[in-house]
Amino acid sequence: MDEVSSDRRDLHLERVTKRFGDFAAVDDLTLTVPQGSFFALLGPSGCGKTTTLRMVAGLEEPTQGRVLIGEEDITGLRPYKRPVNTVFQSYALFPHLTIFENVAFGLRRRGVKDYKAKTEQMLELVQLAPYGARKPAQLSGGQQQRVALGRALINEPGVLLLDEPLGALDLKLRRQMQIELKRIQTDIGITFVHVTHDQEEAMTMADTIAVMNHGVIEQMGAPGDLYENPQTTFVANFLGQSNLILSGVTDPAGDTVVVDCHGQKVGLDAARAHTTNGQGWLGVRPEKIFASAAGTEDHGDVNLLTGGRVTDVSFNGVSTQYLVGMPWGQELMVFEQNTGRRAPFRNGDGVDLAWSRSHSFLLDAVQDAHAGVITPEDAE
Amino acid sequence: MTAMAGASDAAVAGETARRRGRGWLLLVPGMLYLAVFFLYPAVQLFLTSLYDPSGSYETGYALTWHFGNYVDAISSTWNLFVRSFLYAGIATVVCLALSYPLAYAIAFKAGRWKNVMLVLVIAPFFTSFLLRTLSWRTILADQGPVTGFLHAIAVLPEHGRLLATPVAVIAGLIYNFLPFMTLPLYASLDKVDHRLIEAAGDLYSNPFTGFRKVTFPLSLPGVVSGTLLTFIPACGDYINAELLGTPKQYMVGNRIQSAFLTEHNYPLAASLSIVLMAVVVVMVVLYVRRAGTEELV
Repeated sequence: MDEVSSDRRDLHLERVTKRFGDFAAVDDLTLTVPQGSFFALLGPSGCGKTTTLRMVAGLEEPTQGRVLIGEEDITGLRPYKRPVNTVFQSYALFPHLTIFENVAFGLRRRGVKDYKAKTEQMLELVQLAPYGARKPAQLSGGQQQRVALGRALINEPGVLLLDEPLGALDLKLRRQMQIELKRIQTDIGITFVHVTHDQEEAMTMADTIAVMNHGVIEQMGAPGDLYENPQTTFVANFLGQSNLILSGVTDPAGDTVVVDCHGQKVGLDAARAHTTNGQGWLGVRPEKIFASAAGTEDHGDVNLLTGGRVTDVSFNGVSTQYLVGMPWGQELMVFEQNTGRRAPFRNGDGVDLAWSRSHSFLLDAVQDAHAGVITPEDAE
Repeated sequence: MTAMAGASDAAVAGETARRRGRGWLLLVPGMLYLAVFFLYPAVQLFLTSLYDPSGSYETGYALTWHFGNYVDAISSTWNLFVRSFLYAGIATVVCLALSYPLAYAIAFKAGRWKNVMLVLVIAPFFTSFLLRTLSWRTILADQGPVTGFLHAIAVLPEHGRLLATPVAVIAGLIYNFLPFMTLPLYASLDKVDHRLIEAAGDLYSNPFTGFRKVTFPLSLPGVVSGTLLTFIPACGDYINAELLGTPKQYMVGNRIQSAFLTEHNYPLAASLSIVLMAVVVVMVVLYVRRAGTEELV
């Protein structure tokens, strides 16, 4: 990194648009990634996240808008002149070069004199020191992934771009690499921009997540904020799962907004009501709901929906997932830890559902309640 | 239970053995063909090269293990060997220089015209080799357009000609063997992953360095097979020298042809053929070792 200049090297995208023909892959996107942060662009395939990344790398040219690092406008710079490196989804390791030569590639192109020592250090960092003389085809997927990471990191880029870097690894290895990536990022403090469709991966690693859909950012913030207080149905469904119940706002004034949920009154914090007139989607996460046998829960300070009936029970070890049919015909999801304090409910049991007021959110009713729901076809 | 497991193990082993057997079976037709049409003639050719040279078509030949045939062959025609390798070498280098950009353009830039361009590369094969070479006599003729143009721009002296010169023979070789260079080059360039070139750009290579460090090394298998497919047949070619040159441009192939078909000097023709084959094999082995293709993925 440039040691003389101490000014911040934040990544800025200013009103960036990329059109392919009539289709706007990225639509008027403005975004700032602070230097040294771990930033995730999260969204389903085709949402424009990879296109955004490629524009930062210089592999695509924006139709409109500017890309800056610190004060420097890099919009028109060719890729090889940018202080940006990429870990490609396919790794794109050079098959004819050894691991050492792959990692040293960027330094040698820039004529760095002591590239040998630096390369050895980097191989050490990514735990591949004994493999320097091998060819990429002789390594496992996880090892190749680390070569790709080392090959990019060794250049100490202003921004490191990661394009679904763990997509090709199996689940267990992916979890391991997530922790590893996070450790390396914390150690060296380089800005990481990580593109992924895996919400769990984004939440595990990133300081800040931008959820993208149809070429725009739906919501941006810390993983906890996005999860606990989604502002759109897309975010509510794409990050984890949500119960969304159509409700009418009855009392929008004050610190607690009161809504009418099919005849039962429910309250929520005003800060979490993203619409306050007419109708809205009342949202609550399945694990926030406490189910109790009908009539045993005190109303008190919590929200309570009565008249539910268990329609499906699936036990999966640490927790049990219930589907609860409500009087108005909707089925709500409830996750319950298997603490063993009470026998699990069975199909047909009458239950009441309770949750804290601070765990509800209210979203605009014009939004599609199924936006961002992950169906089995999307899972890949 | 164990009996069943044992039985299924045996079944699996039997199945594996059967599969291996099937693999060998697939080799049989090709092997048989090679044995009958390559191995047997090659042995026959080698024996012929050791016949008594005093024999003739009328009196018959005797196998006398006359290794002196080789001494005669080499001492009388070494200059033809040198010329053959020189012409073939020049033709190969020029073919490579012409084909590489062409193959590169087809592989990377042709887009939907790719197949059309590939068909155009092999289109000359629809006409006979002999006819195409004959037509080059017209193209390079003394009163022809090419000669006329070269006179006009004073590249050729006033009475200079193209036909019956080494230039004509080498040009003919280049023309005839160009597709054999282009197609393997195209095949290996087409396989080069574009993402690797993007990665090179991402790692501070300008387009030229990216080509030098990534694209070209990855196309080396095509370069090696293209040069072999051009150089080897060009070494033994005699049609181009025959039709576009004079005896002064004759290559070793011409001598072999006349020894076999005109003079019926079978021992000489056979020993020339064996020497040509041996030298080419040695050159190819050295070349492939040097190019180190076995290390390329």
